[in-house]
Amino acid sequence: MKINLTVNHKNYSLQINSDLLLVDLLRDHIGLTGTKKGCEIGECGACTVIMNGKTVNSCLVLAVQADGAEITTIEGVANNGDLHPVQQAFLEHDAVHCGFCTPGMVLSAINLLNHNPNPTEFEIREAIAGNLCRCTGYQQIVEAIQSAADKSK
Amino acid sequence: MQFSYIQPTSIEEVFKLGSAAPLYAGGTDLIGLMKDDIIKTDKVINIKKLKGLDKIEDKGNKGIEIGPLVKIADLIENETIQEKCPLLVQTAKEIASPQLRNMGTVGGNICQRPRCWYYRGDFDCIRKGGDTCYAVGGENKYHCIIGGGPCFIVHPSDLAVALLALDAKIEITSENGQKTVPVNDFFILPEDDETKENILEPGEIVTKIILPEQAKGFKTTYIKFKERSSWDFAVVSVAAVLKTDGNMIKNGKLAFGGVAPHPWMEAEINQKLTGLNTDEASVDAFTSSLFHNAEPMEKNEYKVILARNLVKRIIDNLA
Repeated sequence: MKINLTVNHKNYSLQINSDLLLVDLLRDHIGLTGTKKGCEIGECGACTVIMNGKTVNSCLVLAVQADGAEITTIEGVANNGDLHPVQQAFLEHDAVHCGFCTPGMVLSAINLLNHNPNPTEFEIREAIAGNLCRCTGYQQIVEAIQSAADKSK
Repeated sequence: MQFSYIQPTSIEEVFKLGSAAPLYAGGTDLIGLMKDDIIKTDKVINIKKLKGLDKIEDKGNKGIEIGPLVKIADLIENETIQEKCPLLVQTAKEIASPQLRNMGTVGGNICQRPRCWYYRGDFDCIRKGGDTCYAVGGENKYHCIIGGGPCFIVHPSDLAVALLALDAKIEITSENGQKTVPVNDFFILPEDDETKENILEPGEIVTKIILPEQAKGFKTTYIKFKERSSWDFAVVSVAAVLKTDGNMIKNGKLAFGGVAPHPWMEAEINQKLTGLNTDEASVDAFTSSLFHNAEPMEKNEYKVILARNLVKRIIDNLA
C-alpha cells in the first residue's frame, strides 16, 4: 500500500505492508530511532508520538492509519539545533535517568503545554500518566515540566 | 500479523464484505489481540471512514446519542456530555492513559475483550475454545466474584459500568436491520456463551449508544479502584446515580465493574438503597449485605470487602 505522511515537517511517500506499525515505519523505514519500543502493547508510552495534535502510542497504530497525518517525533521538537524548552528543562532538572522513557515523556509534556500552558502539578501528572519511567524519576520530570511552563510565561 | 486492509466508506459495504474479519476502529485492543495471536485474521476492516458514526448528538428529551467512533478523549471534551452527563466525563477520565484515550473509541471500549492473563497469554483456555479455565485453581486475584463459570473473567470496560447505571441503550445494526437493547441485555455471562462477552453476532455492528434524558436532582459518581494510580484496569469500580433527601437516599442505582464477567447491577441492591438512612449504622448494615451471595475464588475474596467499602465511600461522599 502507498501512504503519504508528514513527519517533523518533512513529506514522505512510502510503499508499505498493511500490517506495518507506525513505530516500525518511523524507526525502520524513515530511520528516526528516537521513538522507542518498550512494551509494544500500549502500556509504557516509550513509543509516544504526536499525531495530528494528539499523543498516541505508535506501537498500536497501523502505519496505514497515518496516511495523510502530520506526525511529530522527538527528532522534530528542537528548533535549528536549539533544544525545545521542555528538553532544556529535562537537562537542567536531571529528569533523565536511563533515558528510555525520555522521548515519549518529553512529547507528552510538550503536547500538554501546547494545549495548557499553565498546568497544575496534578494536570502534569495526569498528562504523563501514560508514560512509565522504570527508573522512577517522576519527581524531577514533573519539576522539569513545571519549570518549562513557568519559563514560557 | 499479516492481513489485507480494507477501507469501506459505508456500512452497507461492510456488510457486503462478510462477517469474518475484525473491525478496526481505535485499534488499542485489536492490535494487542493480533500481536498475541488471539485473533488470527487475513483481513482487517477499517471502519474509521464510515460516515456519521463519530458524532455526539443532543436529542433533547430523547436523550443524547453517542456514535461508536467517538474517541474517549472527545467524550471528555464534549460540552453536551459535560453539561448533561458529568458521570460519563468522570468515568472517561478514568479510562486508560491519555494516549489510549486519544485512540480508543466508545464502541471499542464497550466491545473490548477481557484482560484475563490466561486469555491473553499462551493458554488454550475455555474462552479461546479450549476446555479449561486456568483461573480455577490458578492465579485468580483479578477474576470475578459473582456470575462466573465456566469462565471467570471480569469485564474490563469502565464506560459500560457507567452506561449501565445511566440506563443507556445500545443500537445494533446488521444487514437485516436495526435493534436497540438496554446495556444490561447487551452483555452476557459465560454460562450463556463462554467465548464472547456480548450478544453481537458476526455481521452486527454497534451503531449508537443512547443515553436517556437524565432525571433532575441526581448526584452521580464513578469510583475506580486501581492497583497503580497512573492508569490501570479496575480491580473494582462502582458507578452511582443517587437522589438524596436530607439524611435519606430517596432512590438510586449502583453498578459494579471488576466483580463479574459483565458490568453488574442487582435489582435487590438498588431496592435496598431506596429509603436508606445515611446514618452510620444503616449504611454499615447496607454495605455489609452487598455481595452476600458472591462466590469468591481462592485469591479474590478481598474484592467483596473492597466493593462494600467503595459503596460506603460513595454514600459518605454523596449523601
